[in-house]
Amino acid sequence: MKILVCISKAPDTTTKISFTDGDTKFDTNGVKYIVNPYDEWYALVRGLELKEANGGTVTTVTVGTAEDEATIRKALAIGADDAVRIDTDAEDAFQVATEIANFAKTGDYDLILLGKETIDYNGSQVGGMIAEHLDQPFISLASKLDVEGNTATLDKEITGGVQTVKADLPLVVSCAKGMAEQRIPNMRGIMAARSKPLKVEASSSADKLTSFVKYQLPAPKSAVKLIDPENMDELVDLLHNEAKVI
Amino acid sequence: MSVLVYIDSSGDKIAKNAYEAVTYGKKLGDVTAVTNGKASEGDLAELGKYGADKVLVDRSFEGIDDQQLTKLVATAAEKTGATTIVFSNDLVGKAVAPRLSVRLNAGLVSGATDLPKEDGTIPVNVFSGKAFGHVKVSTDKKIIALLPNSLQPEETGSEAAVEEFDGNAGDSRVEVLDTKLPEGEIPLPEAELVVSAGRGLKGPENWGIVTDLAETLGAATACSRPVADTGWRPHHEHVGQTGVAIRPNLYIAAGISGAIQHLAGVNGSKVIVVINTDEEAPFFKAADYGVVGDAFEVLPRLNEAIKKFKASN
Ligand SMILES: Cc1cc2nc3c(=O)[nH]c(=O)nc-3n(C[C@H](O)[C@H](O)[C@H](O)COP(=O)(O)OP(=O)(O)OC[C@H]3O[C@@H](n4cnc5c(N)ncnc54)[C@H](O)[C@@H]3O)c2cc1C
Repeated sequence: MKILVCISKAPDTTTKISFTDGDTKFDTNGVKYIVNPYDEWYALVRGLELKEANGGTVTTVTVGTAEDEATIRKALAIGADDAVRIDTDAEDAFQVATEIANFAKTGDYDLILLGKETIDYNGSQVGGMIAEHLDQPFISLASKLDVEGNTATLDKEITGGVQTVKADLPLVVSCAKGMAEQRIPNMRGIMAARSKPLKVEASSSADKLTSFVKYQLPAPKSAVKLIDPENMDELVDLLHNEAKVI
Repeated sequence: MSVLVYIDSSGDKIAKNAYEAVTYGKKLGDVTAVTNGKASEGDLAELGKYGADKVLVDRSFEGIDDQQLTKLVATAAEKTGATTIVFSNDLVGKAVAPRLSVRLNAGLVSGATDLPKEDGTIPVNVFSGKAFGHVKVSTDKKIIALLPNSLQPEETGSEAAVEEFDGNAGDSRVEVLDTKLPEGEIPLPEAELVVSAGRGLKGPENWGIVTDLAETLGAATACSRPVADTGWRPHHEHVGQTGVAIRPNLYIAAGISGAIQHLAGVNGSKVIVVINTDEEAPFFKAADYGVVGDAFEVLPRLNEAIKKFKASN
């Protein structure tokens, strides 16, 4: 089985968000990058488990610049066999999806796995876009994925519940919590990652359809109003008459 | 301007976020709604109240297969000449809107929190709610996926004309084996009121005080990450940067410290109430109302106070 896992970098979850250039750019000064948790914890680890059970290969693909290589090496240290970096700035979901789809067309992958969203732009766009480019089914927000022969069985989140579905490979799957347990790379993995192949591919100059022109921080909260723990009637009154939420 | 709004009518009744999407569309132009399946004519005509002139319905297939729905919406977009297509950014919207973006080569704005600004840019939530971004779409056709609970549905019109049509949706390549919809639970992402608890509750056996309050309020329940990780509560209740991001009208958090990753998923809530024994808990800085006290005493007391309030209102 040939598995392709999309890996994106994302600012560490404790990053204090700020902007520069008249609020038109995310200020990357001092920002530490991690592998997007959904890509790492769920997509990559489930890909590795399927490979361990059924044989095959796990390749990671990232659209990005040389700055992305530290996070790509982390994915290799966790256990991917090899990595591909498509050499361009990732600026728009459509562009990223088109680059990945163009690359995937050359590889006959049985499964393309990715996280349900990135924790910076939270778009949830790339998976569905890749699937449409490749004319493949897309299972979004999967919390379980098993493969037998040429058929995958999955649990996916739907409004208010869970659906179990079945589809033939090839497939694109976006991965959410429940899919796998986080793996911490060990020393051997980290050493091995240094010599695993990381191939740089030229970009196919995909179109960009959207751009971020300005950013804004939410208005600061006013100070908390403290309520006597003995007096919940007061809280109810405030929620009803002042906040008007009940 | 001609606006097309996709409506998920696969549930027992049409959800509030569908009315939100129609209301949003109405503020942009003349709205045609599109859906599939077997929703009653009356329920569909009802969309007119929120501003839809017409509802196109394809009765030939049911369900929420994203490939079929993409073709359905594309066919309707061609038929109506729509230049803007609106989805609710719920689980169906998240699967269909990106596909449609590729199919129509139309820029997609997902997670819109408001109407387009004067310069045409559209505000969205970014960095898990820690900031807003303004997105410019460079294609003539646009797709906007509206974050649930970003605006209130407004009743402005009367009944819409319901018209059956053929959306050329083709066949599904995904077979549904089983659907589990837990009875009596309110889906978290669309809930207006949420009661949430963290490690301060000490164990799953203590969750009764949380679910009792939620039931009295008609609220959904949520939890912090460690609570879901240790299996005290189901995964789908985990809110935060690596869980679900929600923006209810009211978020009540008991026994949650308010770590930055937790706040990222809930800071879009209109009103936050924090109950914590530790007055230094970081969550109080993000709260509108705070109760420094023991959740084991405060939650039942709040439950009683709400019951009293409900009985007299
Ligand atoms: C990459 C990454 C991603 C993460 N993503 C998320 C995420 O998406 N969501 C998330 O929630 N966390 C996330 N976390 C974890 C986060 O950092 C915190 O560890 C977590 O939110 C803490 O959960 P908690 O508040 O329930 O527990 P604790 O931090 O242990 O807090 C328990 C609180 O309960 C209070 N308390 C104790 N007893 C009582 C009582 N009787 N009555 C009232 N209060 C009481 C305590 O004072 C304390 O404030 C993430 C962490 C990382 C590193």
